[in-house]
Amino acid sequence: MIELTVNGRKRSADVEPEMPLLWVLRDVLDVKGPKFGCGIAQCGACTVHLNGEPVRSCSVPVSAAAGQSVLTIEGLAQRGRMHPVQKAWIDHEVPQCGYCQSGQIMAAVALLKKNPNPSDRDIDAAMTNLCRCGTYARIRTAIHAAAQSMKPAKA
Amino acid sequence: MTTPFRQSRRDFLKVSTAVGGGLALQLAIPASALAQAGAKGKGPELTAWIVINPDSSVVIRVARSEMGQGSSTGLAMLVAEELECDWRKVRTEFVSTGEQLRRNRAWGSMATGGSRSIRDSQEYLRRAGATAREMLVAAAAQRWKVPESECDAENGVIIHRPSRRRLRFGQLAQAASKLEPPGEVKLKDPKDWNLIGKPAPRLDIPDKVTGKPLFGIDVQLPGMVYAAIAQCPVFRGRLRSVADERILGLRGLIKVVKLEDAAAVVADNWWRANRMLKALPIEWDVGPNGGASTASIREFVRFGLEDTSVPVARNDGDVEAGFAAAAKVIEAEYYAPFLNHAPLEPMNCTALVKGGRVEVWAPTQNAEATHATAAATADVPLENVDVHLTHLGGGFGRRGFQDYTRQAVAIAKAVEGRPVKLLWSREEDMQHDYYRPMTLMRFKAGLDTAGNLIAWRIRDASHSILAGVRPQDIKEGVDRHALGGIVDLPYGVPNLRIEFAMRNSHVPVGFMRTVFHSQNPFMRECFVDEMAHVRIPPRPAASEAQGPRRARGSRQGLGVGIAAPGRRAPRHRCAGLARELCRRGIRGIGERCGRARHPARGRGGRSGLRGEPGFGGGAGAKLRRLRAHLGALGRDHLEPRPRRAIQLPRLPHHAPRRDAEEYRGGARPERRVLGRDGRDAARAARAGAVQRDLRRDRQANPLAAALEPGSAPRLMR
Repeated sequence: MIELTVNGRKRSADVEPEMPLLWVLRDVLDVKGPKFGCGIAQCGACTVHLNGEPVRSCSVPVSAAAGQSVLTIEGLAQRGRMHPVQKAWIDHEVPQCGYCQSGQIMAAVALLKKNPNPSDRDIDAAMTNLCRCGTYARIRTAIHAAAQSMKPAKA
Repeated sequence: MTTPFRQSRRDFLKVSTAVGGGLALQLAIPASALAQAGAKGKGPELTAWIVINPDSSVVIRVARSEMGQGSSTGLAMLVAEELECDWRKVRTEFVSTGEQLRRNRAWGSMATGGSRSIRDSQEYLRRAGATAREMLVAAAAQRWKVPESECDAENGVIIHRPSRRRLRFGQLAQAASKLEPPGEVKLKDPKDWNLIGKPAPRLDIPDKVTGKPLFGIDVQLPGMVYAAIAQCPVFRGRLRSVADERILGLRGLIKVVKLEDAAAVVADNWWRANRMLKALPIEWDVGPNGGASTASIREFVRFGLEDTSVPVARNDGDVEAGFAAAAKVIEAEYYAPFLNHAPLEPMNCTALVKGGRVEVWAPTQNAEATHATAAATADVPLENVDVHLTHLGGGFGRRGFQDYTRQAVAIAKAVEGRPVKLLWSREEDMQHDYYRPMTLMRFKAGLDTAGNLIAWRIRDASHSILAGVRPQDIKEGVDRHALGGIVDLPYGVPNLRIEFAMRNSHVPVGFMRTVFHSQNPFMRECFVDEMAHVRIPPRPAASEAQGPRRARGSRQGLGVGIAAPGRRAPRHRCAGLARELCRRGIRGIGERCGRARHPARGRGGRSGLRGEPGFGGGAGAKLRRLRAHLGALGRDHLEPRPRRAIQLPRLPHHAPRRDAEEYRGGARPERRVLGRDGRDAARAARAGAVQRDLRRDRQANPLAAALEPGSAPRLMR
C-alpha cells in the first residue's frame, strides 16, 4: 500500500511501486486532470507538482511519490478562488482543444514560482510542453499577464 | 433548408461514416423507434435544441463535436441570438445519437469537419431559437390575454410593451412547451444581431483550465475495465496467434482479446493492460506488404511522375509547343511525406455491451458514424445503440474514421456486461493513422525571352483519399480533390497541362485539416518563386548590352510580380489576369458565400477571400472587392524583396525507372500490393529489425524480462 498526499488529501493505493504516478492518479485515485499524451515524458500533458516541483507524472514511479505531496490542476484553486494563472488562461482564451492545458498551466505555475517576472526567452526555455493546436503565443501572453497580476501591490 | 423539426416524418436516416462525405449508409428505422423521448434536464424543452430551466438558465444542445475550434460556442450563439435569452445563463450539452435516432434526426448532421459546422447548420439553428422565442411570446400573451404583437422578447424576459409587464423565460417555459410550435417564424434582420458577429468568450474554456474530466480518455464508469491494443505493424496484415498463456495469472489481467488484425489485453487499469500487452508474444501474418518501406512506397508513388500515359485534368493550349518556343525551360520536383494527425489525446473509446444493447462514449468527429459502426460491430439493431459525445483532445480529421470504435465495441463484446475503456498508446497512434497522403509533384515551365511564363506542365502523383471513401467522385481517373490548389490554379498561363497519376499504396490515407491545400499550394508557390528567380540567357547580338535579365513569371502576370530594374510592370497583363480570375473564380466565391456566415467573425462586408464571409452582395460588388484585393496584393508584392534561394525538399530529377513496368497502368483507384517475391531478403532484414526493436522494448520492461528472455514475438514470413 502506497500512501501519498494529493491536493492536500491523504490517499492510498494498492499498486506496484513501479506504476507511474500518472496512472495511479488517473485510474486508481480518479484524478483526471493530468493527461496521458506520450508516456515518455516528452509532451508534458501529465505535468503535476511533486513537493512543488513540476514533474512529468507518466515517467515518475509512484514509489518516488510515496509520503510526498502531489499537486494537480484540480488542487490549484484555493478556497474556491482560481489561481492567477488559471484566470489569465481564461482572460486570454488560451485553450483550444484544451487537452494539454492542465499540463501547461502546472508548468506555468512552477515557472512563476521560480521566476516571478520571466522574459519571453525564460518562458520559451521553461515551457517545453507540446500543444498540437498551437496555442504557444497565447500561453506566453497569459504567463506575462499572470506575472503582472501576481505582483504584490505597491504601497 | 428545412427545419429539423419538420424532418420527423422522414423514413430514413443517413449516416455518413467519414468526415467530408464517406460511405453513406441508408438505414431504415422502424416506426417504434420514432417515439418521442422525454426532455433531459430539469426544465421543459422548447424545440429539440433548447431546454429552459425554472431559473431562466438555458441549455442549448450541440450536435457537432468540439475539438477546440469553438463551434460549441458559435452554434449556441446562433440559437441564443434568435431566442433572445440571457447569454450569461447559457450552457451547452451534446446530443446523444440514441435521442437523435429516436427523434428521426431532429438535430441534423452531427459530422464535424471541413469547417462546415457553422455554415451548414446556422439557418436551422437560428430558426430553432426563433421558434422557441415565438412559443414563449405566445405563452406570455395568453397569460396576459393580450395580442402577441404587443409582446417582445429581450434578454431572457418577455415584455408587454403597453403595460410594461414582464415575465421571465423560466416562468413561461412550462406553458410554452405545451404550445404547438409555429410553422413559420421570422428571423432577425442581420443588422439587429446582438451576439452573432461579436466576440464572445468560449463557453468551454473555464472547464478546460480547471481540469474537468471532459475528454473521452476521462470517462469513468462503475465497474469499468481498461484495454490496451497492439495492431498489426503492417497495414492489412492479420493476427496469427497470441501466446496468452505467457501472461495468465498476472496481476490485474481480465482477458486477452483477439481481433482480426489486433490483440488487446483487458485489465483493471490501463497501465497494467499495456504492460502485459508488451510482454505478450504475438505472431502476425503481415501479408504481401511486409516488405514495404517509406522508400519503396515513395518509389512506387514516384513512378507516377515517369508514367507515360496518365489522366489529364486540364489541357489549355499546347504545352509542348510552348516549351519548344521557350527561351528557358525549368523543372523541379517536390515531395510531401505521409503526415500523422497526432492529436494529443490518443485514440480511445469506451463501450459497454450488455443484453443486446451497446453504449459508447467517444471523442469522435462523427457521432452518427460511431453509432452505425457500433451497431454493425456488435451486430445489434441501430435503436439498441447510444453514443455519448465527449470533448475531443484534438481531431484534425483523424477522428472521423471509426477504427477505434470498432475495436472498443469488439472488445466490450468479449467482456460483455462490463464497460471497457480502450486507449491506444502513443506508439499505436503514430503507427495507425489515416495519414495525410504522400504526394510528389513535378513542374516544368517554359519562359519566353521576356521572362513571361508561356507553358506550364504539372504532374501530380499522389494517393487519393476519395478512392477510399468516395470513389464515385473520381472521374476518368482524376481525383480533383487531390488536385486542390492545382486544378483551380489562380494563374493565367496560355499553355497549361495538369496530369494526375493516382498511386494508392496499402497505407491508409485520410483528411487532415485543409487536406491537399496544405501541400499543393506550398509546392506550387515555391515553384512560382523559382520561376521568378530564373535568369534568362542574354539575347544574342542587339540586346547583349542589357545583360542577363530576370524572368517575369506568372506572379508578374498576377500583378504581384517582382519588378525588374528599369522596367515598368506591364499593366495590361495585370488587367488580363484579373479578368481571367474573375471569369474563373468569382462564380466559386459566390457559391460559397451564400451560406457562410460565421457568428464569431461578423456578417460580411469585410475583406476576405474564398469562403470568408466578406464576399456578400451582388456580382458588381464581388468584382470590386476582388479588384481591390488584387490591387492590395500587387502593392504588397511590388515592394523590393531580397533575392534569396529557397531551400526546398527537392528530389533528384532522374530517378531509376526499373520499376516502371511493374507499376504501370495505375490510374484506376486500386490499392497496389507493394511487396514482391524478389524482395524476400529485404523483408527478412526488416522483420529482423522489428524483432530487434521488440527485444529492446522487453529489455526495458521488467515484466517481460521476468517472463522469458528472448521470447520476442516473431514476425511471420
